[in-house]
Amino acid sequence: MSPEFWKMGGYALYVWGSFGIAAGIYLWNLIAPRLRRRAILETLLDDE
Amino acid sequence: MNWTWFHRLGSPPSFYRFAGRLAPWLGGFGLLLLAYGWYAGLVLAPPDYQQKDAFRIIYVHVPAAAVSLSLYVLMAVAGAVALIWRMKLAEAVMVATAPVGASFTALALVTGMLWGKPMWGAYWVWDARLTSELVLLFLYCGVIGLHAAFDDARAGARACALLAIVGLVNVPIVHFSVEWWNSLHQGSTVLKFGRPAISADMARPLYAGLLATYCLCAHAILRRAQNELLLRERNTRWVRELATELGGGARVS
Amino acid sequence: MTKRQKRMAAVAALVAGLALAAVFGFTAFRKNMMYFYTPTDIVEHKVADNARLRLGGLVTVGSLKRGEGLNVEFMLADCEKSLPVRYDGILPDLFREGQGIVATGQMKDGVFVADEVLAKHDENYMPPELAKSLKTADGQHSCAPFKSVMQAAS
Repeated sequence: MSPEFWKMGGYALYVWGSFGIAAGIYLWNLIAPRLRRRAILETLLDDE
Repeated sequence: MNWTWFHRLGSPPSFYRFAGRLAPWLGGFGLLLLAYGWYAGLVLAPPDYQQKDAFRIIYVHVPAAAVSLSLYVLMAVAGAVALIWRMKLAEAVMVATAPVGASFTALALVTGMLWGKPMWGAYWVWDARLTSELVLLFLYCGVIGLHAAFDDARAGARACALLAIVGLVNVPIVHFSVEWWNSLHQGSTVLKFGRPAISADMARPLYAGLLATYCLCAHAILRRAQNELLLRERNTRWVRELATELGGGARVS
Repeated sequence: MTKRQKRMAAVAALVAGLALAAVFGFTAFRKNMMYFYTPTDIVEHKVADNARLRLGGLVTVGSLKRGEGLNVEFMLADCEKSLPVRYDGILPDLFREGQGIVATGQMKDGVFVADEVLAKHDENYMPPELAKSLKTADGQHSCAPFKSVMQAAS
């Protein structure tokens, strides 16, 4: 990608900031249920 | 009226299996579509005639704002079903929807601020749209907090359902705020009929991003509802069988 | 009535009550939730000098005069009336003739003296080439989003 692309016409901070935070939120929504599931299964096994 | 079909659909073990089969497809499809939407939005779409490249924030802001409202409606409907039919699955879906909805409401607010600063000239103003969207975030947080405050999951779900239904009144206010009141926020682009509000090459990535976000939210809600059912049904046979099955495999590896 | 039907009726009553309360609340508070007044409000219903308020409208094409330093003067119009505005400060990137803006300030001798100007863009997005070919796009935004508060309240 050209350096022009990364500059986003001078709005780089706002555009990349928005997409960065969005990537974080999407990732959290994918990963958090998985981690919780693992924790739940572990406690269920300990109960036995 | 006979509701047995409804109860069978809501049986926790059958829903658990159904969600387990559906979720990977939603997740995979959603991620692929999101990758296309973001690539097309950032690279392929032309800059706006007025806002230049700053308008690209629309590709994260609008999907987040759209699901923030849709998920609230889902949460309140699940709450109403849980109240009326005392259905465990509806309680699980309601509880599962709240954190997903809250996260996307927060995303809509933050990306809106990052869009507002360079275009409007201010991160935040107290106009009707921004204020009611902030109230939406508080409602989601209220449901999450209320659920956490109860030891008895079923009593907690009943309280959450009431709060979710009461807060439903805010949803049309968020959506129509830009028409009912003078606001700094512009009107709706996607749900505007008639005159073209967005050119086709700019709209395509937006629709892809919208569909992708709905799929990924559905994925997250199914997964969270599965977790919720595991917890609530931990003393039943199907959960114990599942735990030994999965746990046994995990211990070997 | 079975218990389930009773609960159904209770939830329906709750939703209906809320909707009714919302409609009453909306009629009562609509005026207070308006983010800005429009030139029509100021011209037709005089406001006291020195009352701080927000004024929204479109910058009339051909009216922009740049003074010394950052000083600008322009006419601001809704669909009916217009009003002269004076401002000394940094303008947002989107500020131009024909653009929607919201200015904060007060009336002084028939001129609205602003100390903050925000841009209010519309919901239309298009590439520059398309905008040039459309008469209504560049420099001619719709005045419809600038609704008179006084007329809405009555």
